[in-house]
Amino acid sequence: MKKFINNPERVVDEMLEGMVAAHPEYIRKLEGFNVLARKNAPVIGKVALVSGGGSGHEPAHGGYVGKGMLDAAVCGNVFTSPTPDPILEAIKAVNGGAGVLLIVKNYTGDVMNFEMARDIAEMEGINVDYVIVNDDVAVENSTYTAGRRGIAGTVFVHKIAGAKAETGAGIKEIKATALKVISNVRSMGMALSPCIIPAAGKPNFTLLESEMEIGMGIHGEPGTHREKIRTADELAAQLMDKILEDMSLHAGDEVAVMINGLAATPLMELYIINRRVHDILKQNEIKIYKTFVGEFMTSLEMAGCSVSILKLDDELKLLLDAEADTPAFKVI
Amino acid sequence: MVVNGKKLIEILDRIADVIEENKLMLTELDAAIGDGDHGINMSRGFHAVREKLKDDDGSDIGIILKKAGMALVSNVGGAAGPLYGTAFLKAGAVVEGKQTVDVADLENMLKSALEGIKMRGHAEPKDKTMVDAAEEALNALNSSNAAGESPQQAIKAAVDAAYLGLENTKDMIARKGRASYLAERSIGHKDAGAASFALILKTIFDELYGQESS
Repeated sequence: MKKFINNPERVVDEMLEGMVAAHPEYIRKLEGFNVLARKNAPVIGKVALVSGGGSGHEPAHGGYVGKGMLDAAVCGNVFTSPTPDPILEAIKAVNGGAGVLLIVKNYTGDVMNFEMARDIAEMEGINVDYVIVNDDVAVENSTYTAGRRGIAGTVFVHKIAGAKAETGAGIKEIKATALKVISNVRSMGMALSPCIIPAAGKPNFTLLESEMEIGMGIHGEPGTHREKIRTADELAAQLMDKILEDMSLHAGDEVAVMINGLAATPLMELYIINRRVHDILKQNEIKIYKTFVGEFMTSLEMAGCSVSILKLDDELKLLLDAEADTPAFKVI
Repeated sequence: MVVNGKKLIEILDRIADVIEENKLMLTELDAAIGDGDHGINMSRGFHAVREKLKDDDGSDIGIILKKAGMALVSNVGGAAGPLYGTAFLKAGAVVEGKQTVDVADLENMLKSALEGIKMRGHAEPKDKTMVDAAEEALNALNSSNAAGESPQQAIKAAVDAAYLGLENTKDMIARKGRASYLAERSIGHKDAGAASFALILKTIFDELYGQESS
């Protein structure tokens, strides 16, 4: 294992110290908890948004704390859900009296821990509700599985629900908007190489030099299948087939596109993927309103990418364009 | 069988050791179809339980179980933390204020714990989870108590049933948690949560009646 770390047990703590040192104008760390909160939290009268999950997906979610997005991010150990205690502390720290909406990615541990924190916060008289993001079309959504996983599409939920909260909307309206984003966004990823959880010290799966996994999750969960590496155009088309198959998109519809790098894939390759994604959307006469290419939800040092497509309407376009000022995501 | 608070704390203390001794086994079961941290997480959790109960005077069984539940919730993480935490909190709620518990109380505690696990995990029998061990154990305890068997026989029956439930998970397709993404590929592996559940129940029996009788 080759990594820039001091102690595998302290990677999250030390990362948070470094993040706060880098962005003191945006974020502060809650004393005694691995929670990053907006510097000026609680914003009185505004519904607060809290997200989080296991670490190792930076800039998700701490990088999205700031104006127009999250009020707090709860940072669990690498790839491990935080326990209810820090989630509860985050809720209390950012509650400005108008309630708190939790944005949770659909993983069994995350959902249970955030639900428990919500239950305790409600007993303490705080109005808390939550939404679960499940955008990954690689996984069958059936009653026989834990359901689809939440991946990079979550960043669209942060952006749009965050913008809605800034308008002074109530928690029910913001939840409705967040649910609209969730029902309109689909994503799928693929991986070229594994990643190494610092405490484990070895790769979490193996892929042959010539092999890749289509549909791999952001923690190295199995995807749909493995196959020999092909051209970027063929791979982009494969992801888009599966995404479009699952969306009701018609000629003339407008979308936002996110090409997300899992950390070890150069921007050059992400742009090559984006080129083909745009071609496919154009062939289907779908209008591209906005494109985001970069690292939004990574997986330690994994090589790979995901594509997310969000179907837009007037409300979502307005909120996507609204000001956001956070360490990792800015719309001016 | 009558257990007071002091004995309960001893049992919980022993569970921390037994989980530690079986850490690798639990982690390996989990690694096959989950994310491979169950043993490590459970060991951390029960050591936190031990720490939290160190100065407890043992006067209220309900409070002991609540403290244990909170320690598990705060320290286990993943899905097992909320599940075991809820189980202990729910078990504690039905014996609040009691200085001692008997085998009838144990049945109530197990029933309440199982309800808590199902509620928290939205799980049902045959989903290949700890519910499969817990449900079998509760049914066996219930039948033995109803048939007027001795507490020792009843708890032994519950332990055996939990292990049967654990064995049964081997042939099941996982429907909850990360293992569910493997669908048919989850067949052939036992569920790690069912394994830790059976192990905890067995430790309770061993502490009450001695290992040789199990």
